[in-house]
Amino acid sequence: MGMTVVEKILARAAGRASVKAGDVLEPKVDLAMSHENAALVINQFEAIHEGTGIEAKPWAPDRIAIIFDHRVPAESPKTATNQKKIRTFVEKHGISKFHDIRGDVGGICHQILPEYGYVRPGYVVVGTDSHTTSHGALGAFSFGMGATEMASVWTLGYAVNIEVPATIKVVVSGEFADMVGPKDLILHLIGVLTAQGANFRVLEFHGETIRKMTTSGRLAICNMSVEAGATSGIVPADGETMRYLREEAGVTDAITPVTPDNDAVYERVVEIDVSALGPQIACPHTVDNVKNIAEVAGKRVQQIVIGSCTNGRLDDLAVAAGILRGRKVAEGTRMLVFPASGKIFGQAMDKGYIQDFMKAGAVVMNSGCGPCLGVHEGALGDDEVALSTTNRNFKGRMGNPKSEVYLCSPAVAAASAITGVITDPRKA
Amino acid sequence: MTKVIIKLEADISTDDIYPGRYMATVLPTETPQYCFANRTDLNEKLRGGQFPKGSAIVADHNFGCGSSREQAASALKGFELNIVARSMSRIFLQNAINLGLNVVLCPTIEAEEGDELDIQVDKVINITTGKTFDTVRLPEARQAIIDAGGLIPYTRKRLLETVR
Ligand code: SF4
Repeated sequence: MGMTVVEKILARAAGRASVKAGDVLEPKVDLAMSHENAALVINQFEAIHEGTGIEAKPWAPDRIAIIFDHRVPAESPKTATNQKKIRTFVEKHGISKFHDIRGDVGGICHQILPEYGYVRPGYVVVGTDSHTTSHGALGAFSFGMGATEMASVWTLGYAVNIEVPATIKVVVSGEFADMVGPKDLILHLIGVLTAQGANFRVLEFHGETIRKMTTSGRLAICNMSVEAGATSGIVPADGETMRYLREEAGVTDAITPVTPDNDAVYERVVEIDVSALGPQIACPHTVDNVKNIAEVAGKRVQQIVIGSCTNGRLDDLAVAAGILRGRKVAEGTRMLVFPASGKIFGQAMDKGYIQDFMKAGAVVMNSGCGPCLGVHEGALGDDEVALSTTNRNFKGRMGNPKSEVYLCSPAVAAASAITGVITDPRKA
Repeated sequence: MTKVIIKLEADISTDDIYPGRYMATVLPTETPQYCFANRTDLNEKLRGGQFPKGSAIVADHNFGCGSSREQAASALKGFELNIVARSMSRIFLQNAINLGLNVVLCPTIEAEEGDELDIQVDKVINITTGKTFDTVRLPEARQAIIDAGGLIPYTRKRLLETVR
């Protein structure tokens, strides 16, 4: 029987000839990622070793990546102390894939991992972050887990008792209209599948639209696969994956793409034609509450956010800067821009995008998660509305349960910044 | 026998259960105070402690969706609650099992606050209404972790087996 990409990856990682959905196995982990929550992972890791007489040493320090992004620079003494504790651990165990708070090599974990070539096709990647699904964009099986499960991986080098997920095949055809792109596609798909429609399943992306999409766009759709509940999104590696890894991530060693068998078994197939798709908006307070922009256009917004692991990449900033160039952010609206990494920030400076944003009146902030998770920077007042290129609009997500968050593409965010109301970028 | 002390709607996210601004707090002894911190009535009810151990939260579908933050499970665990939901997100379910929080998947459960439940292995009986609802058995692969009392003792055992 044929295998899906994830089944092939898991078969290799578990040393089996073949596996099928529902099998239980213990795949070796190629890369284990954490951010500031490594502080909790360290606690649990030490707890596992307690009383065993065995020294708490990670199984393979070179397979662990730790990236500070959620609260950078630290917003409180507690966070700063957690970060300090992690630095000590990193130093002690020689964890080389460590990205501290820096303007050059820092950034959001889901951008740093691809950017530095840490993720490869065929890898099993785990991360203590639900959006670890992102790295399926490079043809890896990549999924999120909690801190205790990560401590178990650090100890054993494999994930215990993993059930092979069933796969939903998503076939995307057609060419995006002007000002419509990957973010609109994934919002539309989440609306179709619902917030739990892919729970315990993998979304495997196919079709001409995906083949023509850049890795940046693929990262956005795999990133948000978890908003339909998916264990992972995955785009089987192809020429674009190789181009990205060679040219952008600077990978020089061998890369082995994994593709699904022709007779792979899928739980179901979802087909989407994007030709007629317009800009999509996820309305409060669930990500699957997706509407065509016409239904919400004109809604007053107090804060625009461009950034995050979904849409803080160079092409996202290019689209937004192109719309804002020579124009002004509306009175009564504030606009915050967070490039996803220091490298992207630098490229955006070289291309003049940062200047475009600042001249328009936007505030450009350091790379990191920023207001996405409502910890610090960019909190909303009671009854205020944010329009954001991030990936979640749960009640209180941006820190205030009395506020509302709408999700959209960078083009919609930029067009709306100029008018102060939700605006169709095709009419701006 | 267990009493339903809180009834919740569908799509309760881990942002609801444990808001992001408290994520720097990680110790299981400290996380419970911030449980449902954005919903003052729920937070006060839990912290007030006027309910017996093993009381139940009953929730609709997709409980625990969103972030992988383990504090959501550890905060609920701190109150020694039973979580009975129509369905749960994968990561939350795993975190709950890993930390030894008692979770029950019951796709058709109907119960109101104040109802008495009898939670059994394969069914939940709502004693107040007299109705019985089938449960979905947790993934078999996870049973070994439950039996070991959580993932920390389970992995410790596996670690000791590897070096032996
Ligand atoms: S940008 Fe937002 S969604 Fe992405 S990793 Fe950071 S907090 Fe999570």
